[in-house]
Amino acid sequence: MKTGFWQVTFAVLRKDMLAEMRSRELLSVMGLFALLSVIIFSFALELDREARETAISGVIWVTVAFASIIGLNRSMNSEREQGNFDALLLAPVDRSALFLGKFLGNFLVVLLVGLVLLPLGTLLYNITLIQPWVLLILVLGIFGLSSIGTLLAAMTAQTRARDALLSIAMLPIVLPVLLAAVRATTSIISNEPIENWITWPQILLVVDLIYLVLCFFTFGFVIEE
Amino acid sequence: MSDSSAVLSIRELVKVYDFVPVLRQLDLDVAQSDCVALLGPNGSGKSTLLRLIAGLIKPSSGTIEIGGWQMPKEAAAVRAQIGMVSHQSLLYGNLTARENLVFFARMYDLPKSERDDRIAALLEQVGLSRRAESLVRTFSRGMQQRLSIARALLHSPHVLLFDEPYSGLDQDAAAMLDEVILRTHQDGQTMMISTHLLERAQRVATRVMILNRGRVVLDQSAAAIAEHQLASVYARAIADNGVVKDSTPASPVTEPAS
Repeated sequence: MKTGFWQVTFAVLRKDMLAEMRSRELLSVMGLFALLSVIIFSFALELDREARETAISGVIWVTVAFASIIGLNRSMNSEREQGNFDALLLAPVDRSALFLGKFLGNFLVVLLVGLVLLPLGTLLYNITLIQPWVLLILVLGIFGLSSIGTLLAAMTAQTRARDALLSIAMLPIVLPVLLAAVRATTSIISNEPIENWITWPQILLVVDLIYLVLCFFTFGFVIEE
Repeated sequence: MSDSSAVLSIRELVKVYDFVPVLRQLDLDVAQSDCVALLGPNGSGKSTLLRLIAGLIKPSSGTIEIGGWQMPKEAAAVRAQIGMVSHQSLLYGNLTARENLVFFARMYDLPKSERDDRIAALLEQVGLSRRAESLVRTFSRGMQQRLSIARALLHSPHVLLFDEPYSGLDQDAAAMLDEVILRTHQDGQTMMISTHLLERAQRVATRVMILNRGRVVLDQSAAAIAEHQLASVYARAIADNGVVKDSTPASPVTEPAS
């Protein structure tokens, strides 16, 4: 009697992408925030070249984390505004499929912002960020941020102080992701030997899987009364 | 035991929020093609009842059966039998009317071969064929409500629920919504409409049910209430809180007065 799992997942993903392509609501806000953040950090660290080199991965990941919080908030609020989440819950669908659809949409949008940040960071900080390993860390890090972020955004969207609450709830929980991503990125751009930092992407992968499984199975309880 | 002819059957339904009972031991049967107007003051439990039937919230105790399927045990099957129109549009403003309906058709697993024809027919039924490719955010509130009805009817539900559908509509838009509701009811659709607008309720409903403090205090055929008398019947029912007696009930008021 339930609608097929993947049919629901891709229907939600397609709907979110179509709405975003039309309004560019998330991309414009997140992109502008990311751009301003990287430029401000660039000016702030301009005098000390050495500090700038060691701080670049922190700058990138803090920017990605805050941009994703902005995006996740808006993405879930768009479901709450006209009661659309009720319309999704009225359908005979697996709640986990709704999560996966929303998560994939958020992941793609945040990834796009992250991908724009790399050439921008390269240009402003004069450090080569466009490297295959940095790209992999970016994908893994954003995967973790988006999965737990989608779940938390669904929880906080039901509250009045949703904007502040998501940051407060999300940042401590994504600390392992941010820590592993920053350490791995710093080591990669410093050209350290792979055996010195390969543990960090492995930790990221494990944390991503734990977050995904956790969110996948708890999303139904979170969004229903 | 539920009435075997009933499309919707509710037995001993209780809903409690933070130790406050919102619905108390409610029993109700709705027959095929009934159009039930659900009336009552704010906080009487109308919206809670509709949200329970729709499976959006879970009962504290009691059973809800729709088309032979039980909630919450067979929630997915029950959800497939329900359509809901709320005071919110439940539509995506950045999608066109057609894109909204295509999205919900996918959610309800409508076969691809039938999808386009069904969507075209529903847009025609609610008078929005010409605006099929317009973004929903450009629609007036009345147009959004009519599109909401099309969305709710997409999967041919057994029961259509309206939760304050007239909220925020001007007279013309409300009259237009009446027309769509009446036309949909003439097609044999079973409906429940919660509203505060007594005249509108009497115009569209075949049965009037008044809730007060979580109990059914009046359940009567709309035809049995003389024109323009609903307001006084309503006032009496609320004042007496469950001791209204009438010789021609549509179905017995199963809830005893406390």
